[in-house]
Amino acid sequence: MEKVTQQDIEQAISQASREVFETMLGLPLEIDPSVMRNHIEPVTFHGVVALVGVAGSWAGTGHISCSPNFAQKLAGALLMTEYDSVNEDVLDAVAEVANMIIGNVKTFFEERLGPLGLTVPTVIFGRNYQTRSAGVKDWVLVRLHSGDEGMDINFCLMPSRVPHHVLHRPEMLTA
Amino acid sequence: MALDVLIVDDSAAIRKILHRVLVQAEVPLGKVHEASDGAEALEKLKTEKVGLILSDINMPNMDGIEFLTKLKADDAFKSVPVLMVTTEGSQAKVMQALELGAAGYVKKPFTADQIKEKLAGIL
Repeated sequence: MEKVTQQDIEQAISQASREVFETMLGLPLEIDPSVMRNHIEPVTFHGVVALVGVAGSWAGTGHISCSPNFAQKLAGALLMTEYDSVNEDVLDAVAEVANMIIGNVKTFFEERLGPLGLTVPTVIFGRNYQTRSAGVKDWVLVRLHSGDEGMDINFCLMPSRVPHHVLHRPEMLTA
Repeated sequence: MALDVLIVDDSAAIRKILHRVLVQAEVPLGKVHEASDGAEALEKLKTEKVGLILSDINMPNMDGIEFLTKLKADDAFKSVPVLMVTTEGSQAKVMQALELGAAGYVKKPFTADQIKEKLAGIL
């Protein structure tokens, strides 16, 4: 990465996560130092994953994963309701948490990289599955802890190969 | 006098939170309508009259900027105040929304107090 370092991504994710946890969830938060990896570890337990894409002169993906219990806890804190299973409300809440965190990471990088678009979140709940983003080699993992549980945020960002005419109309990249 | 409100956001979670914040803010609420994108919001407005709109920017189908543009171009709706509540933090988008006639802007994540404060200035 040229303009974007692992430390930059760690800083952006940490800042965005603290803001979301303090402002909208009211949950305690501790953040581990980031780790650079060349793949996302396969999810071997059943859990919830939310994916948000970033597109523009640089492109990437934010990938947030957590256990079903933590997903219910996040939804409970966001919507002020208790959940004992992963239902539509819980999936929607995790998607929105991902949207807010990755959206703020996108804003952090726009100052130096120019306008970037954000896709609507995709959320997946299941067992023993893996995700892949084609062509991505460098993922930065930031692990968050809240009480006994937590979630992983994987993020990648690299120069885009989007055609020139599309780069000059960033609204074409915005969902 | 009761105020009918339209909340436009593709996230059902955010629609619920905003509804709750409106109640907490002691806005004299009438009906609260919801739409998941700009196109659905315009459809709702064909049959429902509202006095306040809270709208996201990044939404599928029709985003908040296009929705605001169409709303403000229509004499029937151009005086309805629109508060943008969105993850979109780029200054260009914020300026665009304000130039198009948005009454204010709140960035997600938000506190109930931030929404209340903006509403106090609008209503």
